[in-house]
Amino acid sequence: MLNERSKRKCAHPYIPNSSPYIQKEMLREIGVESMDQLYSSIPDELKFKGVLNLPDPLQSEADLKRHVEGILSKNRECDDYVSFLGGGCWQHYVPAICDEINRRSEFLTAYAGEPWEDHGRWQALFEYQSLVAELVEMDVVNVPTYSWGQAAATSIRMACRITKRDEVLISDTISPERLAIIRNYCEPVVKILLVKHDPETGMMDLDDLNSKISEETAAVYFENPSYLGPIETHGAEISDALHRFDALIVVGVDPISLGVIVPPSRYDADIVCGELQPLGIHMNFGGGLAGFIATPDEEKFVMEYPSRLFGITKTIVDGEYGFGDVAFERTSFERREKAKEFVGTAAALWGITAGVYLSLMGPYGMQMLGKTIMQRSQYAMKLLSEIPGVVAPRFKAPHFKEFVVDFNGTSLSVDEINRNLLSYNIFGGIDLTDKFPELGASALYCVTELHTKESLDRLAHALKKIIEGGIAK
Amino acid sequence: MKKLGLIINPIAGMGGRVGLKGTDGEETLKMALKLGAKPWAEDRAKEALKQLLLLKDRVELITYPKKMGENASLSCSFTPKVIGELKGEKTTAEDTKRAADEMRVLGVDLLLFVGGDGTARDIYDAIDRSLVVLGIPAGVKVFSAVFAVNPVVAGELARLFLMGEIREVVDAEVLDIDEELFRRGKLSTRLYGYLKIPVKRGYTSGSKSTTPMSERYNKEEIAAEILDEMSDEYYYIIGPGTTTKVIMEFLNLDYSLLGVDIIHKKKLVGKDLNEKEILETIRGRKAKIIVTPIGGQGYLFGRGNQQISPKVIREVGKDNIIIVSTRNKLRSLSRRTLLVDTGSEILDKELSGYYRVVTGYRERAIFKVSNRVED
Amino acid sequence: MMRKGDFKLRNFHEARWSEPIIFELSRKGERGIIVPEVEKEIEELVGDGVSVLPEHMIRRDPPRLPEISQVRVLRHYLRLSQETLGATLNIDIGQGTCTMKYNPIINDLLANSPKVTELHPLQDVDTIQGALEIMYKLDLFLRELSGFSRFTFQPGGGSHAIFTIISIIHKYHELRGEGEKRDEIITTLLSHPSNAAAPAVKGYRVISLYPNESGLVDVEALEKAVSERTAGFIVTNPEDTGIFNPRIKEFTKIVHGVGGLCAYDQANANGLLGIIRAVDCGFDLGFFNLHKTFSSPHGCGGPAVGAVGVTDRLVDFLPIPIVEYNGEKYYLNYDLSHSIGKVREFYGVFPVILRAYSWIMSLGAEGIREVARVAVLNNNYVMKRILSEVKCASISFPKTKQRIEQVRYSFEKLREDTGITSEDVIRRMADFGFHLWTSHHPWIIPEPFTIEPTESYSKDDLDKYLETLKRVVEEAYETPEKLKNAPHNCPIHKIRPEFLEDPERWAITWRAYLKKREKWE
Repeated sequence: MLNERSKRKCAHPYIPNSSPYIQKEMLREIGVESMDQLYSSIPDELKFKGVLNLPDPLQSEADLKRHVEGILSKNRECDDYVSFLGGGCWQHYVPAICDEINRRSEFLTAYAGEPWEDHGRWQALFEYQSLVAELVEMDVVNVPTYSWGQAAATSIRMACRITKRDEVLISDTISPERLAIIRNYCEPVVKILLVKHDPETGMMDLDDLNSKISEETAAVYFENPSYLGPIETHGAEISDALHRFDALIVVGVDPISLGVIVPPSRYDADIVCGELQPLGIHMNFGGGLAGFIATPDEEKFVMEYPSRLFGITKTIVDGEYGFGDVAFERTSFERREKAKEFVGTAAALWGITAGVYLSLMGPYGMQMLGKTIMQRSQYAMKLLSEIPGVVAPRFKAPHFKEFVVDFNGTSLSVDEINRNLLSYNIFGGIDLTDKFPELGASALYCVTELHTKESLDRLAHALKKIIEGGIAK
Repeated sequence: MKKLGLIINPIAGMGGRVGLKGTDGEETLKMALKLGAKPWAEDRAKEALKQLLLLKDRVELITYPKKMGENASLSCSFTPKVIGELKGEKTTAEDTKRAADEMRVLGVDLLLFVGGDGTARDIYDAIDRSLVVLGIPAGVKVFSAVFAVNPVVAGELARLFLMGEIREVVDAEVLDIDEELFRRGKLSTRLYGYLKIPVKRGYTSGSKSTTPMSERYNKEEIAAEILDEMSDEYYYIIGPGTTTKVIMEFLNLDYSLLGVDIIHKKKLVGKDLNEKEILETIRGRKAKIIVTPIGGQGYLFGRGNQQISPKVIREVGKDNIIIVSTRNKLRSLSRRTLLVDTGSEILDKELSGYYRVVTGYRERAIFKVSNRVED
Repeated sequence: MMRKGDFKLRNFHEARWSEPIIFELSRKGERGIIVPEVEKEIEELVGDGVSVLPEHMIRRDPPRLPEISQVRVLRHYLRLSQETLGATLNIDIGQGTCTMKYNPIINDLLANSPKVTELHPLQDVDTIQGALEIMYKLDLFLRELSGFSRFTFQPGGGSHAIFTIISIIHKYHELRGEGEKRDEIITTLLSHPSNAAAPAVKGYRVISLYPNESGLVDVEALEKAVSERTAGFIVTNPEDTGIFNPRIKEFTKIVHGVGGLCAYDQANANGLLGIIRAVDCGFDLGFFNLHKTFSSPHGCGGPAVGAVGVTDRLVDFLPIPIVEYNGEKYYLNYDLSHSIGKVREFYGVFPVILRAYSWIMSLGAEGIREVARVAVLNNNYVMKRILSEVKCASISFPKTKQRIEQVRYSFEKLREDTGITSEDVIRRMADFGFHLWTSHHPWIIPEPFTIEPTESYSKDDLDKYLETLKRVVEEAYETPEKLKNAPHNCPIHKIRPEFLEDPERWAITWRAYLKKREKWE
């Protein structure tokens, strides 16, 4: 490989054998004249003969670093601003040790090694499964899948396979993105019906639910807290309604809330899924997502997981334990059985990170975290409702960290408000105007343990000014 | 403590060494001995037992007297439990059958036997699929699927099975060879029965695929798929084999495992029919044939379903032939094609080509069928 | 340069900490980290916050997580990481099909910057121009390498990308009123198992083409498979055997002829980057694994990106949003008329996208071609040496001599001679700090093992691996007991799988184990 500038033959640092000296030797050992001969099974007409239009390489690391950092510097991250964005990706505190562990070369670069030489990875993932299991109080948790949305979609398909039914009821207050994922994953094999919410409380409309359940229903899926913020307090009634028809309850949760809010198993949920990102994983521009699925330890559930399940086992040495894949061997096929989905690389490193996070937090950390988040978000709601024209929260229900702020009483659109907030170095809540048109000019605000009183006061102050100003700047 | 049974057919393989094709029958045996043949089945047993020495103290070795296993076991430093008795100096098929039956009563966890197809047939006659067995090949005629490729592999497989490291057990074909044809250099087999053998699928952990499925599961999938697509208009000729007969099981019908049955409107119309009976049943009617490959070479026609004769096949039509096969069967064939040997070379040629083989629920494999290759 | 006589087996032993399960470290009262409490004024105003919940929703008893002080948690996980071999520490050519190449550390440094980690995807578009620029530019690079018109980075891995592709094919036919009629997807036996599993999720019937004696699929087999029910064809080329199907263009033509779409599973692209392009082979859509081919680390099994590319007529079907550039600014376009919706929230795993971008920028066009060529060179070198020096190893489908970037071999003869299996060899290789992998399930050749060197290893590295493999094979003949109960130098010994297969005894979590422990005696 010729380095044009220096006109010296040298290898690229990532490709040791790009040195022409070594190549000659290796070709000789193989018994061919040139590299081209190694491609003789590719027909000539398929070979690309053009020039790849890629930028000139930055072979020196210093140049590369400068270049990439230059592009990244065009970002303004949430540390520079105060952000109230949530909606499936949230800004929580990431303990230093979480980064320390998931940046370890062994964990970062391992892949599909066996239970003996990659033992640490297996144990770390078993521990993550076990720690999440304590949050949700269920005995089976999977190796993570891509995101909450995928976990929800798979949970729903699992419920369909278990009940051998093809219809699913889904709350209309779940995240629109997750609904889109579920639709693409389930249709055309599974039919989806949406269940309305009570416009006052934001919780599920139980009458509407009851009118839609039938012998065809496989399951209901709702999120708790819902995407719009309210905590569903009628879980037991929903479970009752569905269990009477032998249908299943699937609930999606934010695990950060489970230090103070009861896990869905307490109101008889059958399958629980959720997002691991709040548990010690940076937002990463939406790249820090990982979904988990939890169920009771019964064969009918375990055999339906498409993901890997790591189990503990003995080794051939007494007293030593190791880990391996729990292998549920299917021995008999049931008629009308539906496909088992697929499994592949997903988000294991984030699973390990979540395990580290929960180990650090412990029971009282999670409890305190839940409490402090609720206190802060209630403080924020109080301040915002004091602004004329603003109603916070929109729904009359208990909330956790996210709540809808209703701006219909002001003369501004959410878009105008958010644009003005930028000049105060604030990212306002997610604009819901298009996503949930019935709410009018509303936004989804998220408050976490990282929002100090000072930053919440700043938000209230800025909003007050903007709304009183009345005109877009 | 696990129980391991061992039965040796002492004269297996003697014929081959001196150019004879097998040792069935007194005359052939006499001839072999005259030609100087020495029994080597015992050596094969010892090769296998060597692999099991690691388990000497954790497994109870049960065997028959003298040449039928006791000698080999002792010379490999095992302390076997010797059961039964021999009627005379020469051993016969009856001895093999009696030994197998006695071991069945004792409930051995694995029965190792040394011999050829004939020995396998004797074992099958005695115990059918009531025990897990494994054949150590020592014969000229070793075509049944119940044999490991050699004694060393057999011993290793036995060890893993007894240690619990492999657990899957499948039905393996026991074949019957046409003796006359065989001595004339031609191979013509017939499906005789099935024995249960352990298999090593080779599942390491770190698997990137979803949960493993047993052979039985695969067969059930196939049956479900066939039943989903079955039409009341047709008469279905169901060929022999464990894969095809699951269809009959699902319909709760009586059937013949090794013979040809016909069903119509999901009811049994005829069981274990011969060519004439089949033709009578389907004459003037719409019919389909459901067959599965038999034997390690994957014969669709000609190795155990000769009742489905060229006349029958022509009456039904090539397009109405449905091939079913488990995935493992297709993958383990010694060739990359299935074979046909109907008896009519012209028909064989017409039947060759590519077929959609039913391999699971809503799953097909495109597989080639060719006319017979000289064995 | 290592001369042949110089080789010494490494006296390797992995860390063995016999580390307890995290719960066993719990001590009442210890704390790992303290959460920030609210200011006094907030507490006075809103109280404890939790009381707004009805009683039945309040979790009075905290979750039963362990209580462990900070340094003990750190120490525990550092030890577990030491008990993980990972890829960078070893010459990881034995994890065939996984493309275990070097993950440049500079890219980790860049991906750990707050300018990446602290970005929220829904921030005002003016504040995320850097991130969008990188996504857009990587899209442009991948278009160059494949000939496709547009890429999405939403899928979180290769299997997910396959599913995304199948979703697009499904929507395409549905729109043309042929959704019900076209209910079959064709693939090959030797493609990745997800090529058969993913279509079933969308309700397709899957037709698998089996290879012939040469390890290739006959054109006639495809002709038998296609019909007016064909929705699409998805294939890996070269397949996991390393064999390239030279008639691929005939295949795509046949499928197009019946109105189906053709998809290219480019999991095995590492030997063909810059050498061939997907569109030139007749493909309508395809994907790349950014976490394999494009150097992003594997993370124990993710996070990852399966970047899906499509030709012009399929752009409208991509999951939303895609990144656009209007000459001045980058922005997110949600307006794709026939989009399949989404396969994942937001846009994709940005740190992985960033690393792929940076890797390509470091190499340029010539560098990328060199990556492919050296990957093939390394593979052929290893193949030559194995086939001439390891007598009991054979190649799958020996009728075909050429291989691209990986090879599937067989230890069938080793097994016949000694009873030793490829799994025994794998466990013994671990005693020297090496991975070796068999094959996807189920196996089509007996006792398989698959080696994919990639471009990242030097000749010395390859020689070290090969010499060790040779020694292990020698051991199989001379002292097979060493292999049967291997490994001996790893954190643990051979596991006993029976506890993982019995519903009465399996334990997927610690709490399940505590309940079932008695049944283990």
